[in-house]
Amino acid sequence: MDTLLTQILNSLFYASILFLIASGLSLVYGVMRIVNMAHGNLYAIGAYVAAWTIGLASTELHVSLLFVLLVTGALAAALAGALIEPAFLRPLYRRAEEYQLLMTFGLLLVLEDVMRLLWGPHPLTASALSDALGSISVLGATYPAYNIFVIVIGALAAVGLGAFVYRTRFGVMLRATSQDMRMASALGINVKRVYVQAFTLGCLMAGLGGAVVMPISGAVLGMGVDALILAFVVVVIGGLGSLEGALVGALIVGFVRTLGITYFAEVELAVLYLIAAVVLFVRPAGLFGRA
Amino acid sequence: MTELALTSPRVLSSRRVLSGALAVGALAAIPTIASPFQTITICYGLVFAIAALGFNLLLGYTGLLSFGHSAYFGTGAYVVALLVKYLGVASMELFVVAGILGSAAVAALFGVVCVRYTRIFFGILTLALSQVLWSLALKLFWVTGGSDGLRVPTPTLLGGLGGPGADKVEFIAHRYYYYVLILFLVATAGMWVIVNSPFGKALQAIRDNETRAEFVGVQVWKYRWIAFVISGAFTGLAGALWVPLNGLTTPDILYWPFSGRIVFFTVLGGFRTFIGPIVGAIAYNYLETYAVGFTVYWQLVLGIVLVLLVLTMPTGLVGTAMQLVERVRRGR
Amino acid sequence: MSLLETKAVTKTFGANRAVDAVDFTVRAGELLALIGSNGAGKTTLVNLISGLLRADEGTILFAGKDVTRQTVNQRIRAGIARSFQLVNLFDGLSAVDNIALTIFARQGKTRSLATLAARDQAVAEEAMLILKEFGLAPKAPTLAGGLSQGERKLLDVAVAYALRPKLLFLDEPTSGVSTREKAPIMDVVTSIVRSGNITAVVIEHDMDIVFRYSDRIVAMHQGAILADGTPEEIRRNEQVTTTLIGTGETR
Repeated sequence: MDTLLTQILNSLFYASILFLIASGLSLVYGVMRIVNMAHGNLYAIGAYVAAWTIGLASTELHVSLLFVLLVTGALAAALAGALIEPAFLRPLYRRAEEYQLLMTFGLLLVLEDVMRLLWGPHPLTASALSDALGSISVLGATYPAYNIFVIVIGALAAVGLGAFVYRTRFGVMLRATSQDMRMASALGINVKRVYVQAFTLGCLMAGLGGAVVMPISGAVLGMGVDALILAFVVVVIGGLGSLEGALVGALIVGFVRTLGITYFAEVELAVLYLIAAVVLFVRPAGLFGRA
Repeated sequence: MTELALTSPRVLSSRRVLSGALAVGALAAIPTIASPFQTITICYGLVFAIAALGFNLLLGYTGLLSFGHSAYFGTGAYVVALLVKYLGVASMELFVVAGILGSAAVAALFGVVCVRYTRIFFGILTLALSQVLWSLALKLFWVTGGSDGLRVPTPTLLGGLGGPGADKVEFIAHRYYYYVLILFLVATAGMWVIVNSPFGKALQAIRDNETRAEFVGVQVWKYRWIAFVISGAFTGLAGALWVPLNGLTTPDILYWPFSGRIVFFTVLGGFRTFIGPIVGAIAYNYLETYAVGFTVYWQLVLGIVLVLLVLTMPTGLVGTAMQLVERVRRGR
Repeated sequence: MSLLETKAVTKTFGANRAVDAVDFTVRAGELLALIGSNGAGKTTLVNLISGLLRADEGTILFAGKDVTRQTVNQRIRAGIARSFQLVNLFDGLSAVDNIALTIFARQGKTRSLATLAARDQAVAEEAMLILKEFGLAPKAPTLAGGLSQGERKLLDVAVAYALRPKLLFLDEPTSGVSTREKAPIMDVVTSIVRSGNITAVVIEHDMDIVFRYSDRIVAMHQGAILADGTPEEIRRNEQVTTTLIGTGETR
């Protein structure tokens, strides 16, 4: 019973992180029809910046304030997004999508090394945060409280993002633009601004994901490249461009990973990619996507 | 008859034959005039050029952007490494045949799934499937050596006729270089015939207008699948030639950023021309070799080059050069 | 003798019966005009016959054979070809290669990947001959993407014609071109129908063109056939005049 509960919590923990990355990827694709290969690097930026600011402040501030500093990771990724979209993506909207994909691949290479340049080749971490919370007992099972914190953040992000997209005026503009960019533009929506805002929001989510995972797994070079493919799997299963899809996809991938690590560790990743390929083959728009 | 002259496109103009002969002559002379280091760098470039030729049959001629060609390059390489490990094979000819067959088989299987889709869905499907192979190569370490990879010793060429000499560098920079050069020339000629064949025209028709291609009687999925298999086989050949050069194969060549590299050098050269990918592969390999030697931040250098390329030179080196020549000619 | 016969062919999109139990007959050797306002079901009917869409119900007989479940390719082999309302060409290929490719496909030569397309003299000659018939010979080496709208329309018809079909569907071959360019296109269509064993069905909105060139006219309205007759009969048919031609002439 205990192990089952632990497994479920582990799955939810994975799912939270995956949702934070994949929702941003999906949002950007949904609105702008760009698959951002550098999206994983923005997740990594979130992790590095959060680890860095927390490292700087750890001697000065009480540990509870350090939690607030996790936000710096999200903000840094958002800032990077706000700079990248107008400078590097905007000139390409009229070009074939090959170029957009290549541009984001180029940015991936650049960002990967910029992080190495800024923070060196060694991993950064801030395990003080996860240590500070210790473990709590959930229905008889002991479980790291920090992981619960991450699950809560993931759930709040899902609810918040959903409310934002479906309940606010900005959300309406976002959805209108994703339905039909020209029509939205004709209706007086400033598409340029919606694009930069959507991209920034997507990056913010990725950065938040990186920031909250950092106390557990550290900020490591290559983490973005690894995360991107898992995020792809999530959005492919759920449907490119769909937020509900990102949520369901993240849960599916989260549970399959946990199962896989326990029962079929060797082929766990292969199984995930195969699931993605099968879903794409059977339902190219994903479980929740529109064709 | 003047009209007929128009209809046969200038596929084999005398100027092209001449410049082709000059290029082949220069490549053949390299081991005698350049240092072994330079020769080996070019040798890598030629191997990547074969992969790029295969890749561009899909991108440039069929209009499909694969982000999973690491799968076929890696299959070619791992087939060779496994032949060495389990069967003790040393014959390069067997390596080449097995590499081609193995990657063609994988491409045939993956292709069935991928060719039904186009654009980004095609790209992601090819990517996802390639990562299945990567994760297997990484995790099934008792077969594949895991992240340490598998070593491949110097092979025997032509049934021992040109067996390995004492010095590996000497071997690679001479006999093996010519071996690669000849296969590169054969591959280039073969691909050139394919893209100029009626089949090649049908692929271009599919690229330009899938629906209309269907309505002139081209079976779109079937042709795409054949193109996919050929593309995989060429890339697999490159993988098989690459392992002895590198001496080692690791899961890195199956990991998706390697697919990105194949896309990179094809676009660097220019995917709208036949020779673009060849030029791109050789140029990219030089760029990478020097960037790696020059700084640990070589990815940064490559990334900046790619970003600038996309922004300012979308037709690639060859496309841009052709535009410049055109401008000069008009200016006269 | 009827070359094509549809029996109660039906296609619905959601609640909309785009083609509703249509019995449509084409006689060998005629130039038939298919008219009707937008949404009348003309293009859907052609899509069903050419195989772009599958019929929900009914049968399609071509030259006496049931082709209802056949693939596009099988129907092309049987002799059904079509052009498209919005020009559908291979823009990256030259005008002559657009035709040559079609001839290769017709002859099953596109399966050959070890011969040079440009070396096939017979195909090159036939392609040039077709271009000449359509007055496009001077444009042979031009990329299809670089032709004028009128030339593109002509080439679109020429590509379908290069399949040497028995039955040729032309979906608005003169739409989107200037009035002056319309007659040459229809003259070519008429001449290929009169000179060869080709039957043509032309979807057309311009009633001047319809009355001037067609042997027979079929009028559709709301997914069904409203009238069927010679140009004279259709001109006198009040139902057609009120429901269709009124809208037709304002276009």
